[in-house]
Amino acid sequence: MKRILGILLALIGTASLGAEPNALPPDSLYQLQAALTDQDGRAIRLDVHRGHPVLITLFYSSCPAACPLIIDTLRATEKELDPATRANLRVLMISIDPGRDTAEALHRLAETRRVDTSRWTLARADSADVRTLAALLNVQYRQLPGGEFNHSSVITLLSPQGVIQTSSTRLGTPDPALVAKLGP
Amino acid sequence: MRHAAQVVCLVVAAACAHTAWAAQPAAPRAAIPGGTFATILPPAEKLKEATVRAFQMDRRTVSNADFARFVADRPEWRRDRVAPIFADAGYLRHWPNATTPGENLAAQPATQVSWFAAKAYCEARGARLPTWYEWEFVAAASATVPDARDDPQWRQAILEWYARPASATLPDSGSTAPNFYGVRDVHGVVWEWVLDLGSMMVSADNREQGDPDEKRFCGSGALTMEQKDNYAMLMRIATLSSMQANYTSGTMGFRCVTGPEPRP
Repeated sequence: MKRILGILLALIGTASLGAEPNALPPDSLYQLQAALTDQDGRAIRLDVHRGHPVLITLFYSSCPAACPLIIDTLRATEKELDPATRANLRVLMISIDPGRDTAEALHRLAETRRVDTSRWTLARADSADVRTLAALLNVQYRQLPGGEFNHSSVITLLSPQGVIQTSSTRLGTPDPALVAKLGP
Repeated sequence: MRHAAQVVCLVVAAACAHTAWAAQPAAPRAAIPGGTFATILPPAEKLKEATVRAFQMDRRTVSNADFARFVADRPEWRRDRVAPIFADAGYLRHWPNATTPGENLAAQPATQVSWFAAKAYCEARGARLPTWYEWEFVAAASATVPDARDDPQWRQAILEWYARPASATLPDSGSTAPNFYGVRDVHGVVWEWVLDLGSMMVSADNREQGDPDEKRFCGSGALTMEQKDNYAMLMRIATLSSMQANYTSGTMGFRCVTGPEPRP
């Protein structure tokens, strides 16, 4: 009973603290309570990189063409930045293929593509959360009967508080508009 | 954490509003057997049929009274508290206040509700929105047969709905005649949100996958629709594809289903 009361008090405490010093802007994507899993199997939230500017994008690891290009584009975009800006930037890639993209599959991809997981996170979410995320990021996607996906490729820049700053559909080369928003 | 909340719930009645509503059984849903049918939106190039697995569908659209219970249970979905990323300024605007629809609107379908809110409502009920194919499968039924789409009289009756002025008062939720599966309001009341809203305008042509000249897929689905004489369905797709997930409309409602989560 004491323990239950303790939990109750803790809950009340959390609720009353709720809003203030950590309140998110009303248009912050971090209000979405999506449960993600990263490439190391850790449970994370969409706001895993809160406090840093984040390039966020949806992809799937078995994708033959567009998705490798997404990683290349993210890298090329980072190369345009000065070292301090780059060191402060984070990348969050979320799979639209929860069926095949297990944490292990994401881990393999991170190794194969030599992803710096100190700043980049590959993550998966359940399909209901993926749909909500895709809607928030304005990504259209559809699974084809063979298991592949057709999807629009959108790289979105989030502010440290999770507000969309700009987004780009350019693949292959860095989008100057994105680089300008990231720049010092 | 959820477990802890339930523990507390046993102790403090006031904290139980949340789980109490969510735990209330839904009205029995109609059993839809599933099957393979000719779809208006081909799932892949040269594949004109879609397959849906068996699922259970709400027999009527969600009403304002239903939605008010959800809002009471999940106050973050009140119109004065909802995050603007999840609903535009029209969200529940037609209610006289932030918590109740008032007597006049109570039995009418819940409209002015965004896709995000509709999806959250269904998830709170342990259900989900139907996919387009699930909805289309049920919508092919008349009162007597599962697929009446070649019946000119049935088609005409549906089309007549579109001729009604938009300003007319919405019929009550569940007030239209049941179809073959016992599902009401499929035609003649409101448009309905579908789970895969973000898939409807994606091309089904996998040759475009990764095509360097076609890195975004935009609107191509519209070009590959079948049954171009099925105006009622074409209008529905046009309406859905014009909606963003945070949009609300006085003629867009929804219902929930249960069943295996379909592929994204």
